[in-house]
Amino acid sequence: MLIAIVVILAIAIVIVLILAGIYNGLVGARNQVKNAWAQIDVQLKRRHDLIPNLTETVKGYMQHERGTLEAVTNARTMAIKASDSGVAAQAKAEGELSQALGRLFAVAENYPDLKASQNFLALQEELTSTENKISFSRQFYNDSVLQYNNKTQMFPSNIIASMGGFKAGEFFEVTDTVERDAPKVSFS
Amino acid sequence: MWEQIRDNQTRSVILVVALGFMLILLGSFLGQALLGDWSIGLLLALLIWIVMTLVGYFQGDSILLSLSKARKIGPEDIPRIYNVVEEMKIASGMEKMPDIYIVDDPAMNAFATGRDKNHTSLAVTSGLLQKLSRDELQGVVGHEMAHIRNRDVLLMAMCSILLGTIVIIAWYGSRMLFFSGGTRRSSSDGGGGAQIIILLVAVGLMILAPIMAQFIYLAISRKREYLADASSALYTRYPEGLASALEKIAASTEQLKSANNATAPMYILNPFRKSGRVAEDLSSTHPPISERIRILRAMAGNISLAGYESAYNQSHKGGGGIIPGSALVAGDAALKQDHADSAVTPSEKERAREASDVLWKLHKYQEITCNCGLKFKIPPDFHSDHFACPRCGTVHSL
Repeated sequence: MLIAIVVILAIAIVIVLILAGIYNGLVGARNQVKNAWAQIDVQLKRRHDLIPNLTETVKGYMQHERGTLEAVTNARTMAIKASDSGVAAQAKAEGELSQALGRLFAVAENYPDLKASQNFLALQEELTSTENKISFSRQFYNDSVLQYNNKTQMFPSNIIASMGGFKAGEFFEVTDTVERDAPKVSFS
Repeated sequence: MWEQIRDNQTRSVILVVALGFMLILLGSFLGQALLGDWSIGLLLALLIWIVMTLVGYFQGDSILLSLSKARKIGPEDIPRIYNVVEEMKIASGMEKMPDIYIVDDPAMNAFATGRDKNHTSLAVTSGLLQKLSRDELQGVVGHEMAHIRNRDVLLMAMCSILLGTIVIIAWYGSRMLFFSGGTRRSSSDGGGGAQIIILLVAVGLMILAPIMAQFIYLAISRKREYLADASSALYTRYPEGLASALEKIAASTEQLKSANNATAPMYILNPFRKSGRVAEDLSSTHPPISERIRILRAMAGNISLAGYESAYNQSHKGGGGIIPGSALVAGDAALKQDHADSAVTPSEKERAREASDVLWKLHKYQEITCNCGLKFKIPPDFHSDHFACPRCGTVHSL
């Protein structure tokens, strides 16, 4: 009799421990997703801060490229506006900003004076690196989301997930085909 | 996808335990042979090991960095390397930025140190900065980051300390045996057969233990190199970067001046390799470089640990894989397509100037540019407070 109680108690304790482990794993994965998202945010803000510097530097050299410069400025404004309207909308706006910046750097190839400017080179390094950092933090974010989503959907952790209200995370996807299109440069 | 780290940890622990067992065996047999007591020998061996481990744990990174004459640089010195490291820090999901050091050496190499995630540093030689493009640098930094992330750095440091202890004990033991052994035998003739057997075992262990330990150590080290390559490809999503960097490093003939046997496994490439030799299978801290390049290139579009594993298996028929099964379930990732950033990499000449300028600055040389375009580097112990430009005659005051 006593043995039976002890056995049942032991099994109960083991089950509770397993459930706690699964729950903690889910919380950890969700926190990692949140943290990864914060990383992307840091880099996006940094890019927004660098752009006014860039347009200021470039303005003097590129009198004939008003359109390209304005596109960058507008895309930045749109991206800042989209900051708190969900992952998908933000990804779209930031994708457009990347595209506009890419075009600006492509056009800059035609201005040797600009390309020789130390200030411009430093800014170009910073912006390219920020662009890389954005894509690397996006990569890490998506990996974290995948890991988290797997946990919320796979047995047995999905049971705990649905009980604890763990919702699947959203991937940060960029419409690659549009973003990576080669910019059109006119040599007029 | 980050789970392979834990899996690898257990596998390495077994090897470390084997190394530790070797130390215990050696210590106790030597104690019996030399001092006539198992426990004293064992205790001495453990004491030496504990002291060396403590020193290695808390001072190891600074000792290593100062041995290789590395100098710390900040974000402003060479923004490119700082940015590349930060990019890889983000890609690997590390929380804290490692300190970056530069080693003034034309040889191309890099290494990472650090006992935990809050105390990490990463060193590159100036030769590496000069000769690698941005993508290649990224691959190398990714490889070093992977060593930090996978906790290889600490493990390898601890292993090399264990190995070092075994070697030191064996070395001193053999010296003591030669000197005391003779006198002991003549004074007390009746040692008996047991004493002779113990002596023989001790001598055998003294010869074999360092060799065995070396092989265990190398086995751990090589596995970790493959895993770091795989992780680097995963971080950068561009295995070609690391592959072509390895190619360039392999082609260069410079040997690192400040490396020694103890620090060799820390580098991305074995600093002692003889040029022209490819096959160095069991006696090398690193897998053959041609092999590493071939695997990276064979990954082609399949950028994942599973992709690396299958590429590895293509060239290694049979035998265990590199990456534990639990890590292989994670989804594949697409190859990074855009490589616009190669436009940002300055030319090799500019990179050489960039690296040397920083080194002058780190040695506290003052830089002055004359109106005629000539640049001067004034040493910190320059005796006068002014000098004249030899080209245009302008006098500069300091």
